[in-house]
Amino acid sequence: MSRYDWLLFLHLIGAFALIGSVVTFSTLLVAGQRVAGPQLVFLGRRLFEVGGSLTLIFGIWLALDDYSITDGWIIGALVLWFVGGGSGSRVGELYNSGEGGRARQPLIVMTLATLAVLILMIFKPGA
Amino acid sequence: MSYAAVRPDSWNFPLFLHVLGATTLVGLLAVAVAVLIAAARAGDDRTAAVRLAFRTLLIGAIPAYLVMRIGAEWIADKEHLTDSDASWIGIGYSVADGGLLILIILNVLAGLAYRRARRGGQPVALLRWTTGLTLLLILAYGVALWAMATKPA
Repeated sequence: MSRYDWLLFLHLIGAFALIGSVVTFSTLLVAGQRVAGPQLVFLGRRLFEVGGSLTLIFGIWLALDDYSITDGWIIGALVLWFVGGGSGSRVGELYNSGEGGRARQPLIVMTLATLAVLILMIFKPGA
Repeated sequence: MSYAAVRPDSWNFPLFLHVLGATTLVGLLAVAVAVLIAAARAGDDRTAAVRLAFRTLLIGAIPAYLVMRIGAEWIADKEHLTDSDASWIGIGYSVADGGLLILIILNVLAGLAYRRARRGGQPVALLRWTTGLTLLLILAYGVALWAMATKPA
């Protein structure tokens, strides 16, 4: 297996974790924090931390190795990663401090940014 | 040397569906594990948690599985890989088809646990079996992800 294969594998683990955090926070929003709230907040925050780190580190490594970091779709994905990262951090903080009722708006931003990154990663416009 | 390849445009949407379904499915399985653990530790008042775990598997995981599986078949057809002998394709089909069986078993177990909890019973053993099988399924999808990403010969 090449280095590209391993980098892609680790990048994809990060993507699974990141989307897992969106799914977890969305479940909290739909089901409320009364049922399994502490467990879901813990899961969502850990998935977000792991997913955010792995996607960024191995994504940049892949871009430097196999693409061009100045490609429009990569720059767009990086900008969206920071948008999603900022709103995801806010969502995690709100749920952790018991203010989950205020998490709807940042969660919508986090979800849309993550979905947009996924679209850019697969469709690679301009590549 | 670059190993990256840009695929034909017509492959992108099926691949998007496949990845979106797979990532959502694994996320929902992780949610189910967290809720099942909470339900097993909840003592007498576990009905709401068991119901949430059951609904996560039934209303969430099964539709996500279908999106993943339809996307997989579509992209395999586009790439003319449906009859391929490549081991990574074999791993993918094995995990996907075996995973459906486990997903159905998980729904039955969680449904039984919910019914028992609703009647005032203590379905701890059922919850533990469901948790263990869900973790096994997540692990299997991890193997499938490795096969999809690294494409061993």
